[in-house]
This record gives sequence, C-alpha cells and structure tokens, in this order.
Amino acid sequence: MADLRCEIAGVKSPNPFWLASAPPTDKAYNVERAFKAGWGGAVWKTLGEDPPIVNTTSRYGAVSLNGQRMAGFNNIELITDRPLDVNLREIKQIKRDWPDRAVVVSLMVPCEEAPWKKILSAVEDTGADAVELNFGCPHGMSERGMGAAVGQVPEYVEMVTRWCKTMTRMPVFVKLTPNVTNILAPAQAAKAAGADAVALINTVNSIVSVDLDLMAPTPTVDGKGSHGGYCGPAVKPIALNLVAQIARDPECSGMAISGIGGIETWRDAAEFIALGSDGIQVCTGVMHYGFKIVDDMISGLGGWMDEKGYGRLSDFHGAAVPNFVDWQDLNINAELVARIDQDKCIKCGLCHIVCEDTAHQAISVSGTGPARRFETIDAECVGCNLCAHVCPVEGCITMAAVDNGKPYMNWTQDPRNVNATAAE
Amino acid sequence: MTDVVDIRAGRLDNETLAENFADVHQPYDKAGALVEANRCYFCFDAPCIAACPTGIDIPGFIRSIATGNLRGAAMTILEENILGGSCARVCPTEILCQGDCVRNGPGDRPVAIGLLQRHATDYLDGAAAHLFDRAAETGKSVAVVGAGPAGLACAHGLARQGHGVTMFEGRAKPGGLNEYGIAAYKVADDFAQAEVAFVAEVGGIEMRFGTTLGAEISLAQLRSEYDAVFLGLGQGAVRDVGLSGEDLDGVHNAVDYIAQLRQAADLSALAVGRRIVVIGGGNTAIDIAVQTKRLGADDVTLVYRRGPEQMGATGHEQEFAQTNGVRIKHWLRPVRLQGEGDVRAAIFQTVELGADGTLADTGGEQSLPCDMVFKAVGQTFVPITDDGPALADGRIAVDESGQTSLPDVWAGGDCVAGEDLTVQAVQDGKIAARSIDGYLKNSGS
Ligand SMILES: Cc1cc2nc3c(=O)[nH]c(=O)nc-3n(C[C@H](O)[C@H](O)[C@H](O)COP(=O)(O)OP(=O)(O)OC[C@H]3O[C@@H](n4cnc5c(N)ncnc54)[C@H](O)[C@@H]3O)c2cc1C
Ligand SMILES: Cc1cc2nc3c(=O)[nH]c(=O)nc-3n(C[C@H](O)[C@H](O)[C@H](O)COP(=O)(O)O)c2cc1C
Ligand code: SF4
Repeated sequence: MADLRCEIAGVKSPNPFWLASAPPTDKAYNVERAFKAGWGGAVWKTLGEDPPIVNTTSRYGAVSLNGQRMAGFNNIELITDRPLDVNLREIKQIKRDWPDRAVVVSLMVPCEEAPWKKILSAVEDTGADAVELNFGCPHGMSERGMGAAVGQVPEYVEMVTRWCKTMTRMPVFVKLTPNVTNILAPAQAAKAAGADAVALINTVNSIVSVDLDLMAPTPTVDGKGSHGGYCGPAVKPIALNLVAQIARDPECSGMAISGIGGIETWRDAAEFIALGSDGIQVCTGVMHYGFKIVDDMISGLGGWMDEKGYGRLSDFHGAAVPNFVDWQDLNINAELVARIDQDKCIKCGLCHIVCEDTAHQAISVSGTGPARRFETIDAECVGCNLCAHVCPVEGCITMAAVDNGKPYMNWTQDPRNVNATAAE
Repeated sequence: MTDVVDIRAGRLDNETLAENFADVHQPYDKAGALVEANRCYFCFDAPCIAACPTGIDIPGFIRSIATGNLRGAAMTILEENILGGSCARVCPTEILCQGDCVRNGPGDRPVAIGLLQRHATDYLDGAAAHLFDRAAETGKSVAVVGAGPAGLACAHGLARQGHGVTMFEGRAKPGGLNEYGIAAYKVADDFAQAEVAFVAEVGGIEMRFGTTLGAEISLAQLRSEYDAVFLGLGQGAVRDVGLSGEDLDGVHNAVDYIAQLRQAADLSALAVGRRIVVIGGGNTAIDIAVQTKRLGADDVTLVYRRGPEQMGATGHEQEFAQTNGVRIKHWLRPVRLQGEGDVRAAIFQTVELGADGTLADTGGEQSLPCDMVFKAVGQTFVPITDDGPALADGRIAVDESGQTSLPDVWAGGDCVAGEDLTVQAVQDGKIAARSIDGYLKNSGS
C-alpha cells in the first residue's frame, strides 16, 4: 500500500490523520486509546493558565439532516478544565510512550508576553513536537480577550506568533478562526511572524436551533443559550475554501497547512490534501463514531492512492490548487447539456419539476404513469446541473460536453463584457 | 392417526393467543418514521398518488412526517380518506401505492407508505380534538344504510357539509367488515371501534343499530323521510361451492367463523379443528387459514383449483400464509366432502389448464383428511327486495358519482362493481357524499 507517512512543519507522523484539539484529546486516557486505534497524531485539548476554567451543562447542540444525526455539531465548551500540571504530566508520559506519533500542544493564554513565555517553557519540557496557538475559539474565551478575539485582529496574530517564535525552538502552528471576512489577513500575519504552519478551521459562530418550547437557543443552560462553535460535515465546504485560499496565496507560500473542518472519511482527507493541506485533523468525526473510523481512513486513502498510482502524500498534495481559479478565469465558451439515461430513469420527475419551476423549462414530460418519459430540450438547457443534483439515481443524469468548436475565452476577453480587455 | 374428530377450544394458552393476534406490523417509532420518510423522493406528479384509490397526496404527507408536522400529515391523509387509519393497516399496499413507488427497482425497496400512513394517523390517538370542522346545519337529512367503510366515509363527508345523517346498521356494532371481517391481527386493539368514534366526532351523525333495511325499515320509507339515501350494504351472502357433504358438521363459511373470532371475548374459548382444509384462493381464504393456524390448528391446508398466479390473494399474502405454516396446494378441484355427521375428509380432483384456458381433469383424486372445512370462494350481494335500484351483474348499478337508477339514492362499496377493498369503499362513500351534497344544495326545499 502507498506510503502514508506525513511530515508537516518538521513534525512527523505515521499517517496524516490527527485528532484536533478538543474533548477527544483532553487527557492521556483518550489519547492513549486513539493512538492504539491508529491515529497518527493528536493536538492536545487547549491548555490555559491555572486556575482552570469551569464549563456549563449542557454543552453541545447538533443538527440532524434527513435522519442523519450530527450533520452539524456545535459546542459552548471552553478550553481544558483540568489543572495545567496534570495535563503537562500526561503529555510527557504520552510522548514518551508513543515516540512515533505527533503530539502537539494547543495553547491559549492572555495577550501578554509573560504568560506565553511561562507556558511555552513548561510545554517544551514535555518533549511535545510542536505548539498550536488557539486564536480560534469563538465563544467564552473571546469575551476574555483570547481565542477568536486575537484571531480576528491580524496585528495581534502577528504579535503573539512573533513572541512565541522567539520564545521556543518548537515549531509553531497558528490555529485560525473562520469568523473573519478575509482569511488571508490573519494567515499572512502568521506568515510574517514566522509561523511554521496554520491550522484551520476552528469552529464557526452559530446557533444550531431554537427550542420553541423554552424559547431559547440550544444547547440550553437553565433556560438560556449562547452562540457556540459550529463544526462537523456541515462546515467542510467552508473549510475547504479557506484552506484553498491560503494554499494558493503567494504570500503564504512555504507555510504548512493543517486542514480541519468536517473531515470524517478518507475522501474528505484526500480533498483537503489535494487543496494544499499537509495533514488533517478530526474532531466531530470521532465524537460521533469513536476512534475506530481511522481504520477505514487509513485503508481507504491508501487504496485510493494505489489505484491512482500515488506512492506518497506529496504525489498529490496541492494537485487541485492550480485548478482553483477566480470566476473570471473560467472558460465561458465551455458548454454542457443534461443527458438523461432512459434505462436508468425511474420516472420520479424531479428533474422536470425543478427545471420547470425554478430553472429553464428544459426538461419535457410526455406520456403518463409508468410510461412517462422525461427528456432534455437541448436548446433550452443552460447546463446548470440542477437536474443532475436532484436526480436520486446515481449516473442517470450526466452533463455532456457540447462540441461547439469555440476556443477558450474567459470573461475578461468576452466581447459581452463592457470592461473586456482582449476580446477575440 | 386416530379417527376421532378433534375440534376443541383452548389449543393454545392465553399468552400465546395474545401474541398470535396482536398487531402483525411493528409500528414505527419517531426515529424510524423519520428515516423512512426521508427515503421518499417527493416525486413530481407522484405515481403512488394515482395508485391510491382515494388519491391521498402521499409525498405531501410523508414530507410532513419528515418535518415533524404529524398533525398536518394526518390531515392530508384524512382529507382524502377518513378511514386512513384502517387503510394504513389493511390495504394491500404492494399492489396499490407501494406497487407504483419509483423505488421498486433492483436493489431498492419501495417507501413503506402504509406504515408511514399509520404513523401519521396514529397521531389521532393523542389528539385533543376532531380535526375537521362541521359547516353550519343545512337542515337537510340523509339516510346512510350500512355502517361499513363506504357508509362511514359517506356519512362523514355529508356531516362535514352540515347535513344531518342517520345511519341504519343491521348489526349490533358499526365498522362493517373492519369490525367483523378483517383479520384480527391487522386491526388489533379494537381499532375499528376507535376509528368509528373518531369519524363520529365531527358531529351530526346519528347511528341506529340492529336496524336492517328490508326488515325493520324499507327503502320507500327512507326515501320519503330523508332528502337522500346512501346504500353501503356490502355483500351479505357467500358464494356456493356446490359440493355434496357441505351440510356435514365442521363445514363453515369462512366469513361467519371470522366474524365469530373477531367478536370472541376469549379466544381460548373458540373451538378449532386439528386439521383444517380451506377451499378458495382469495384473501379471505388466506385470512381464515392463518387465523385458524394461529388459534392452534396443527395442520392447515389451503386448496386452490388454479395456480399461484391466478390466486386472488396477492403474492405478499400467499407468502404471509406460508411463513405462518399454512400449506398451499394448487391445481386441485374440490369434488365432495366426506364423513358421517362430521366431516372427515375433503376430496379433490387433480386438474390442469386446458388449451382453451378452462380446467381439465387429469384423472387423479386426492383426499385430505380433516376436522374442519372452510369455504372461502367469495361473497355475493343480496339485493333489497322492495322497489330497489337497478342491478348490474348482481350488484347495484351506479354512475361515476355513485348515483343509482333512483334519483335520490346513491350506493358504494362492495355492493357495487369494483375492487372489494376497504380503500375503494371509502372512495365510493366520499364521491357519493360530494354528489349528494351537490344534489341537496341544488334541490330547493
Ligand atoms: C374476510 C375478509 C377479509 C378482508 N380483508 C381485507 C383486507 O385485508 N384489506 C382490504 O382492503 N379489504 C379487505 N376485505 C374487503 C373489505 O373488508 C371490504 O371491501 C369493505 O369492508 C367494504 O366496505 P363496505 O362498507 O362496502 O361493506 P361492509 O364492510 O361489508 O359493510 C357493510 C355494512 O352494512 C351492513 N348492512 C348490510 N346490509 C344491511 C341492511 N340491509 N340493513 C342495514 N345494514 C346492512 C352490514 O352489517 C355492514 O356493517 C376483506 C373482506 C373480507 C370478507
Ligand atoms: C466540543 C468541542 C471542543 C473544542 N475545543 C477546542 C479547543 O479547546 N481548542 C481548539 O483549538 N479547538 C477546539 N475545538 C475545535 C476543533 O478542534 C476543530 O477545529 C473543529 O471542531 C472543526 O473540526 P471538525 O469539523 O472535525 O469537528 C473544539 C470543538 C468541539 C466540538
Ligand atoms: S442542466 Fe439545468 S437547465 Fe439544463 S435541464 Fe438540467 S436543470 Fe434544466
């Protein structure tokens, strides 16, 4: 099988699958079980100054979609609620017992030099491979001037990262919050300060639902709710975009990326790596199914790489980045039409009704009952793909390329664009 | 093998009997219903709707289940089919809605529409009030004869429009075959009566039991006292098999025995034979075979003169009988019943399909020893004697609105032509109610 060994900012692990800083990495007991199960690394649950924080009950909210539990997940937990020295002792023990696994320690202390210096030297003592600066937590800690309150101000990101780089020999990962307008601002600030890697995304500001009896957001604590951090499969598209923005930014080049957000399968991981992640982290996936999912992630990624002829991760790392372009660079002359495979069609008529009601009236219906037939009206089809997405039968509606003989032309070259620079 | 007649009560203990006659279908819990509801594709112009005789907006009610709107789901169903609860339990969905589900392809299975309908209508159990409002009283009155599915659907439709309805029912209880005929495990827990109570909640419906048209009352009388009449009489007689020995003890009409079983307060007091022969190939034959088996009969053989494809019972029903331990024999024509006083054996002639499509004897004879024989070869309509409406093929002739040859008399359900199914009876009653309503609103007085 393909070689899954991973190296990110000098930190090595037997595979790219790490646990993100969260409850699954809260103590030695969990991390030990995770490593036994096969996880390549773990970012320890964020450490802070003593005395430890206090959590509420309840703490989690979730979105079930069409019977799928936890399609989205949210929490109002804070950083670790255990004393610092207990965590440090356990981290040291784990790193000693599992030298081949990546052990990274997530940190969050107030925005002053002294506390950072103090905690960094304590972590160095554990033998951990790296630190991750948690500038992402969107609730609770941000109100205390930490977490996202730092991550949303590029100057603070740069300042704290710079301190850490001078205070420790360990590689520094900067964990970014997605709750910003432009992810490049904090990413470039981290780069300017010498960060070895960025890790993203942390959770997205959210209210997952409203309890209509209690008239309060969930999760509800004694009749009230607070905004929390959203994660799980629902946030993956957001995370992929933010990772890719950084991966293709020339100013960020050379800085490693640890991809996080909604990763639950080997395919999710492959997509993050193809868009420029050097490794990936998982939280909700294991909080939903337990550590065992890593078995399939390992065999699935390896099997797919074998099939594709990729010997190691670097063979496809970032391979999709050059194909991630701005809209204006897309070929406006490329043309597709929907093709309905009549042998596969089960006559549900969804393609017809959505095109008729909400798109371009390009799918006709003839006949009745089981004999009815749905066909594309090529002249009306704009190739939007809507029908192919709603069709419940795999491979029944495909989008076929139309050979219109037209050359590549993008919007900047299009005569229909009044601002076009080079019309053909 | 002893030659003593073995017919007795209490073959099984009460616990086993309770289990055997409990609900055959495990209803969905909330989570299960949600998963199944989300399997529905919400088809455009969905084929399942056309396949439902009452035309329920199936994708619509399933979507309401998926969104947690059970009241809305129940309304959508009951709007078209006021007996949606019993239909969810008794409809042969595999040849109706589910049979036309687009998810019948290889490797897939149709959405469990019947069970979802049950989940939605079970909502009524806990509902605080009747879901339908009654229009202001119109002062018009309608006589509905027969409190089976057809009569109930018609009565509800008329009552909603504000007409006054009086139901005349020959039996002691309402519900028709839902109460006296359907297999016990399909409508467990006295469901038929609960449903009738729900239907009557709309108001404006009076029920008179033990009142038979043709005995206590006449059609002429009803026509003069009421503005319109609906006949939902069902089929009161059973078809003859025409065998010698039918009068022997131990030979029964399946429907009579089922009615007895349905009304039995204590199933362990109901006598059943050790060896049973059932003659017939429809759903009634299946029902009597399975129910006697579940009462504790050792050996139940259902004998049909043609092959499995020609049976009136659906494939699903045949399979159900077989998994219940009923032996099904084909290509055997009954010739006589044998015994002295008590029936001891049923004699059959082996047959095959002739070139012209008729059955031809092949010369072999088979004797099936038995303690009880059940005849289940179909029911027939008993015409009303006094100046009744015109008949067609032995049943009441009606137009598409259910109107008979008499201008103020409508009919529907098993007493008119069409599929003998609960859901069809409901549709007939519903259509007739609409037609009667139009008639009453147009007639001045
Ligand atoms: C054994 C058996 C099993 C069945 N199983 C199923 C099944 O699983 N699924 C399914 O869909 N269908 C089934 N059916 C068919 C279904 O029960 C009928 O199609 C349906 O009940 C017809 O409704 P109806 O209102 O027309 O008649 P009925 O249900 O027969 O009701 C007629 C009512 O009228 C009353 N009545 C009759 N004559 C008079 C009179 N002269 N005066 C006053 N009252 C009168 C009767 O007492 C009865 O209450 C089954 C039928 C039988 C016999
Ligand atoms: C309950 C919970 C607690 C978390 N706590 C932390 C934390 O202490 N530090 C941190 O950097 N991220 C924390 N996160 C964010 C995760 O590390 C991760 O960035 C996010 O959940 C997205 O990944 P996912 O979609 O795989 O869950 C937490 C997430 C959850 C669900
Ligand atoms: S691709 Fe879009 S426009 Fe074309 S048929 Fe499908 S839905 Fe209609």
